[in-house]
Amino acid sequence: MFDGREPIYVQIAEAIRGEILSGALQEGEQVMSTTQYATTYRINPATAAKAFAELVDEGVLYKQRGVGMFVTDGAAARLRTKGSDSFFAERLSPVLREAAHLGITTEQLVSYITDQHPTGGTDR
Amino acid sequence: MNVTLEDVSVRFPDTLALDTVSLDWSEGRIHGLLGRNGAGKSTLLSLIAAGRRPTSGTVRVEGQDPWERGMLTERICLVREGGDLIDEEPISDTLGMLETLRPTFDRAYADDLLESFGLRPKAKLNTLSRGQRSTVGAIVGLATRAPLTLLDEVHLGMDAPTRQRFYDELIADYAENPRTYVISSHLIAELEPIVETVTILRAGSLLLQAEADDVRTRGLTLTGPAATVTELAQGLPVIGSRDLGPTRQLTLFGELAATDLERARAADVEIGAVPLQDLFIHLTEEDPR
Repeated sequence: MFDGREPIYVQIAEAIRGEILSGALQEGEQVMSTTQYATTYRINPATAAKAFAELVDEGVLYKQRGVGMFVTDGAAARLRTKGSDSFFAERLSPVLREAAHLGITTEQLVSYITDQHPTGGTDR
Repeated sequence: MNVTLEDVSVRFPDTLALDTVSLDWSEGRIHGLLGRNGAGKSTLLSLIAAGRRPTSGTVRVEGQDPWERGMLTERICLVREGGDLIDEEPISDTLGMLETLRPTFDRAYADDLLESFGLRPKAKLNTLSRGQRSTVGAIVGLATRAPLTLLDEVHLGMDAPTRQRFYDELIADYAENPRTYVISSHLIAELEPIVETVTILRAGSLLLQAEADDVRTRGLTLTGPAATVTELAQGLPVIGSRDLGPTRQLTLFGELAATDLERARAADVEIGAVPLQDLFIHLTEEDPR
């Protein structure tokens, strides 16, 4: 599950953000404990704890002492705002650069999007 | 318990087993000790467990020299391949002995582990397979619950499912009972997600000590037109190179500046990850010995 150049804790945090965005993790829902996370994914518990700490700092998760970690109300909306900023810079730009190399014109791109994804990213 | 080595050398009659090694293992973490066979891993661990003294330099556990300091060494557990176990006796006798010798030994946990790994308490050690003996060693390492636990290639002979079970047990127990672990191995891919720091020995010398996350971020490959790739890699330690026609792939160990990363992307140079296992192979393949 963990590969790439990112530290494992960054990958875990990203996976949890993804679950919140997709609705797999609902607001107010309890997330796995660091121990459960560590044993399930076979990683060091400190690494899991680091990921949770990052998400707490971002206001995505909150800690209830003695009970566990929960998804903050409004977490999905907050992640969506943050995610759409980086979407253009980090995801779309490289794709468009590649499109340019392949000689794909802006018109072709636009007509592909309007034909195949008429409602943009919200057509799931 | 934290461990500090300063300029530690161990000289054997015909070889320098450790050459001025200095390192720090902080308390309460799982440290990985990597190196090829003969790199000095076992020698280093036996110094910490007071099994031998360095020719020069200092070894400190909790700031104290562990040599002949029983109060300290009873809290240090070194498990070597097949070591420290009574061959002709049933496993349960060995566990009974450990129970009296080790203040932190958890007999009930040891018995649970024996059962879950499918080992009979009455079995004599010398009737077991190599893998089963290693498993007994691993069980001793876990159940001793020593504040400083050193596992020296404890997985040898275990089959893959048994190793995985062992790692699972280790993580679960460590989460409940945090302590300091040093685990030596050359099965890096398996160990990678578990360890927090990585220490690599090569031919008796310390090659690297770093946070596992940093090591992961530091290794990268650049793949693209030979001239561009070579230029981007200038000034960085190149540890591997491969050419395929006009395309070159360089494996680097170092940080690439943000501007260089941007330039690489713009120049169609592909940036890839280097698994710790590959880094290890690159870093240790040219053995100076």
